[in-house]
Amino acid sequence: MTHTSIRPHTLRIEPTRGWVALRLGEVVAYRELLYFLVWRDLKVRYKQTILGVAWAVLQPLLTMLVFALFFGRLARVPSDGVPYPLFAYTALVPWTFFATGLTLASNSLVGSANLITKVYFPRLTIPLATVLAGLVDFALAFPVLFGLMWWNGVAPTAQVVWLPVFIALAFATALGVGLWLSALNVEFRDVRHVVPFLTQLWMFATPIAYPSSLLPEKWRTLYALNPMVGVVEGFRWALLGTATRPGPMIVVSGAAALALLIGGAFFFRRMERTFADVV
Amino acid sequence: MSSDVGFPADLSLAPTPHEAPRVIRVSHLGKQYQLGTRARYRTLREALVESAMGIARSVGRGRTRRAVERFWALDDVSFDVAQGDVVGIIGRNGSGKSTLLKILSRIVEPTRGTVDLEGRVGSLLEVGTGFHPDLTGRENVFLSGAILGMRRTEIDEKFDEIVEFAEVERFIDTQVKHYSSGMYMRLAFSVAAHLEPDILVVDEVLAVGDAAFQKKCLGKMGTVARHGRTVLFVSHNMGAVVSLCSRALLLQSGHLVLDSDPITVAARYQATLTAAPTSTTDLAGAEHYGSGKARFVSLQFVPERRDGTTREMMCPGSRLRVETRIVCSAPVDSANVGITIYDASGYRLVDANTAMQGRFVSMKPGDEACVDFALDDVRLKPGTYLVGLWMGRSNVEDIDGILYAATLEVEPDPQQLQHSEQFPGSYLCAFKHSVVISTQAGDVAPPGVRDEPGQRSAAGASR
Repeated sequence: MTHTSIRPHTLRIEPTRGWVALRLGEVVAYRELLYFLVWRDLKVRYKQTILGVAWAVLQPLLTMLVFALFFGRLARVPSDGVPYPLFAYTALVPWTFFATGLTLASNSLVGSANLITKVYFPRLTIPLATVLAGLVDFALAFPVLFGLMWWNGVAPTAQVVWLPVFIALAFATALGVGLWLSALNVEFRDVRHVVPFLTQLWMFATPIAYPSSLLPEKWRTLYALNPMVGVVEGFRWALLGTATRPGPMIVVSGAAALALLIGGAFFFRRMERTFADVV
Repeated sequence: MSSDVGFPADLSLAPTPHEAPRVIRVSHLGKQYQLGTRARYRTLREALVESAMGIARSVGRGRTRRAVERFWALDDVSFDVAQGDVVGIIGRNGSGKSTLLKILSRIVEPTRGTVDLEGRVGSLLEVGTGFHPDLTGRENVFLSGAILGMRRTEIDEKFDEIVEFAEVERFIDTQVKHYSSGMYMRLAFSVAAHLEPDILVVDEVLAVGDAAFQKKCLGKMGTVARHGRTVLFVSHNMGAVVSLCSRALLLQSGHLVLDSDPITVAARYQATLTAAPTSTTDLAGAEHYGSGKARFVSLQFVPERRDGTTREMMCPGSRLRVETRIVCSAPVDSANVGITIYDASGYRLVDANTAMQGRFVSMKPGDEACVDFALDDVRLKPGTYLVGLWMGRSNVEDIDGILYAATLEVEPDPQQLQHSEQFPGSYLCAFKHSVVISTQAGDVAPPGVRDEPGQRSAAGASR
């Protein structure tokens, strides 16, 4: 049999207390389940919709149009020398990934109550699969971004090789926050009311409609404690070659995202033992 | 069975110690639950009402904390299972069977004690775990298989077998939400039945589908057992336990009271049933739907003999009093209150509601109502039934509803049990019968007409 890789030794079930190990190895052992959960999320997400996957592109695109009209044209918000629509869309692509991932992940455990109470698997796979599924939408929104760049005559610079780092940063942030919120949501259903509000506030605390160069230099490092600041600035720097050197901001954002993710994972594991009893 | 742990000496133990290695070792296992510690918030409105009431309470009377009620769903349970054993776990509702299975399948954590497991555990606590209505049958086979712990290659290999077993070949590329409930159940069980873990933990999933499919499922379980897998099997179906299991455990209010051969344990279980008191189901934790202007708070079954005296258990032909308590929190005008009895496959069998008899219930906030139904001559066959509650105005609003509020066990009537074979189906008609045998000589034997209800006659006719 090929099952031995999942559970090679005697398994001991006993009460646990306090903080426990993450057991990421187990998540790796259940990677096929992870794959199927992602696949299910993708299959189901756009079933019975007329526009289907077009939604993945429409969301950031329509937001961009609204921003371009109100902030770009009417309010004349500066955009680091880049045409405003491109400036906003470059930020909205990772932002939409983050906001959707965060929202779906925070409901993921409660939405999977029927699985949690009926079968065992590492619970981390549930929010993880949700955020991973969001990557596909993210990838779909990308060609439009390149199209916009081409339309505006902006060629990517060599810095584009850093893009995966910023994608990873966005992923870590979405997953980190998703882990905290999903675990809290099991016990406190208030979370689902907090999430829309939280994403809205978070959006204003992130330089999406405006450039972070509006802030005085000395505040920017503190500002970058919001990991999405590093993500958005990184995206603009890597793709559009905006003048702001985001170096220190990205280090701060990276550290903040890592803290959020690791803290979230341990918190999740700590709460995990009562999921099936409470959900 | 290791006889040294936790059993009084007078209990009979498994007859022969097995040579096979112990693959499950459960020692001093306990699970404590807390009741009434927190109310779960479902909607913002509920949350606000709850918190407003909480503030009002704390302003009015200082801090009143709801008492934390704890109980042990499972208490100091110890046993070993050898490789290849098929162990039946028997007990009344609430005896801790499901809790035990949930701990063994790692769904919930024990409060005390340990379990050591050797080998891969597969658990089937429900039919259709992981099924998604919007996906096709084919997609669901893969998804559900993966969730139950099958590898992709394994599912690929067994795919045809699974579909064939479920008899849904023609519909495999149809979304399962268009399946009939029977097709859905068959496909779901078929996926589960092809799971091949070293230790299989099964919770009564056999009670699905029609009689023919149940038979097929039992057959499959038997095959699994003969292939040397270790199986733990929770059931109310004594016939299945006796025929499939090599050993059985009897649980009673969280304690392991008997560990012996299935026949002994089944007999003891039947004996405990007759002594069971009528029980009230608290509906605070049940899944309610509807506006919530009033809520069902409890439900009680009181089986009665025909002369109106209370009896210990519900048998075919008994009267059944179903007593509900309702607490009102917002004005309710002319509501219909009703109960529904479903069979284990979810088919609606019995409906009784106040509107049928021209009665509607109106309540003011703070009112408490007891709405009782006396069902006469309830001829449900022995088995497990589900009882749902509903209050509302037809096609206008649901005030409160609980799809499955409680289970109703109908036991074979000990006085009338002449023939032990249980026939499938739900309804036991009262009938008379006659047998006429024509011999070759042409003379006719006198017709034997027996005027006795139910099972006795059924027994006669089946010979």
